[in-house]
Amino acid sequence: MSETGYNFAYLDEQTKRMIRRAILKAVAIPGYQVPFAGREMPLPYGWGTGGIQVTAAVIGADDTLKVIDQGADDTTNAVSIRRFFQKTAGVDTTTETAAASLIQTRHRIPEEPLTEAQILVYQVPIPEPLRWMEARESETRKMHALTEYGVMHVRLYEDIAHLGRIVKSYDYPVRVNGRYIMAPSPIPKFDNPKMDHMPALQLFGAGREKRIYAVPPYTSVVSLDFEDHPFEVQTWSDGCALCGATDSYLDEVVIDDKGGRMMVCSDTDYCEKRRAAGHLGPMSAPYAETEAAR
Amino acid sequence: MMPFPSPTAALAPHLPSPGFADPVRDAQRCFRKVLAAISYPGRLQDMRGLLSIAPGPLHPAAAALCLALFDLDTPVWLGRSVDTPDVRQFLSFHCGCPVAAQPGEAAFAVLSAEEATALMEAFHVGTPEYPDRAATLLIQTSALAGGPAAEIAGPGIPGSQAIEAAGLTPEFWARRGAINALFPTGLDMILIDAQRIAGLPRTVRIER
Repeated sequence: MSETGYNFAYLDEQTKRMIRRAILKAVAIPGYQVPFAGREMPLPYGWGTGGIQVTAAVIGADDTLKVIDQGADDTTNAVSIRRFFQKTAGVDTTTETAAASLIQTRHRIPEEPLTEAQILVYQVPIPEPLRWMEARESETRKMHALTEYGVMHVRLYEDIAHLGRIVKSYDYPVRVNGRYIMAPSPIPKFDNPKMDHMPALQLFGAGREKRIYAVPPYTSVVSLDFEDHPFEVQTWSDGCALCGATDSYLDEVVIDDKGGRMMVCSDTDYCEKRRAAGHLGPMSAPYAETEAAR
Repeated sequence: MMPFPSPTAALAPHLPSPGFADPVRDAQRCFRKVLAAISYPGRLQDMRGLLSIAPGPLHPAAAALCLALFDLDTPVWLGRSVDTPDVRQFLSFHCGCPVAAQPGEAAFAVLSAEEATALMEAFHVGTPEYPDRAATLLIQTSALAGGPAAEIAGPGIPGSQAIEAAGLTPEFWARRGAINALFPTGLDMILIDAQRIAGLPRTVRIER
């Protein structure tokens, strides 16, 4: 069902062309933040206004859209953005990673490897990785121009000096194609290795800060580290309580008021697929039973 | 009532060459082709079905790119090979883009491979702070296959990619290489034949 009275995918054509030109330059200069004339969108800053503008400029009638928020297809942000494009573009939507041609994400990369036939659009709150060390845009812009990134290494070193290890666990800085240092958006560092040489195009949209940047397919993305403190991702002692997966990013869920907890896959589609295939974790009912109860 | 004079062919208004049949959807489809071309450099993207006729010396694929990318914000420089009244009328009617008097003022240029080779240094390559302000060259060639063979590598290319566009001489590659050596500034190019395009962003380097 398409809403009448709006252009296809909400934005006017002039705006889409402006965003499309910014996207092309972003892909041509991997990791560089291209300024763009971000528009007011019918949702507040912080809810994906950048990602939604990138998606609106890219999406076509034959696309199948998946939207995730922290890995889940059924949270408020994901549901409302999915419905926004159902209404304004009339596109098909899906929760299956493999069935999607366009995936807009807030803070996760799906567990299932992405392909050349897919584009991943990230929602970005703060696109400038150097912003916490240098508040002035005029300065950070010069630092990027001169590859003056010492301050970022000092920031990571201070973690080691104070705490014995790099404690930054999300939005962990990366170097793209050996040149620009880039904020991967607040994905857990667990997801950083998936960005490296990914066959799918990765686009990043920051609505409040009005920046678009990109990682082309098959491009090197290296998480910053030190020789004696190599980059590591999170690990868990047990697998997912529902599907038993030991290779996925797990969320901690409080299940009672007596300190009970369970660890479950953050990627809901991945977890469901595994349970449907018969993989069971220690706290799951058989999949057929839960499906029958719906 | 005055009889309306029947116009002869010579007096008929000269209509601009038609644009997209469905401007919104066709512009999106065309953009996705360009996006794929820049994302996967050197890979041929099929532009059939977007535009079947084009004004004068413009390839239909080139005219489609103009419709999808140009507007009043983008000064366009036209190489002599494509600078005809028909092309100017087409651009002014459909895109409303200003025609740049000098190559250095242009956000986009439409030109032949020979013109690109000769004039490359004249275009804006951006600044170290704002490398995105560089021009994008839309380079028309007679064919994207069967020309001098080259191997390219870089972001978007797993391993290496063969490219055989007509008119891309050793001099073209040498001058382009010298400009793009100062990355992040540089020139992004889209190679075009009648109904296909291939991307050549500034990050791509030639292997041999």
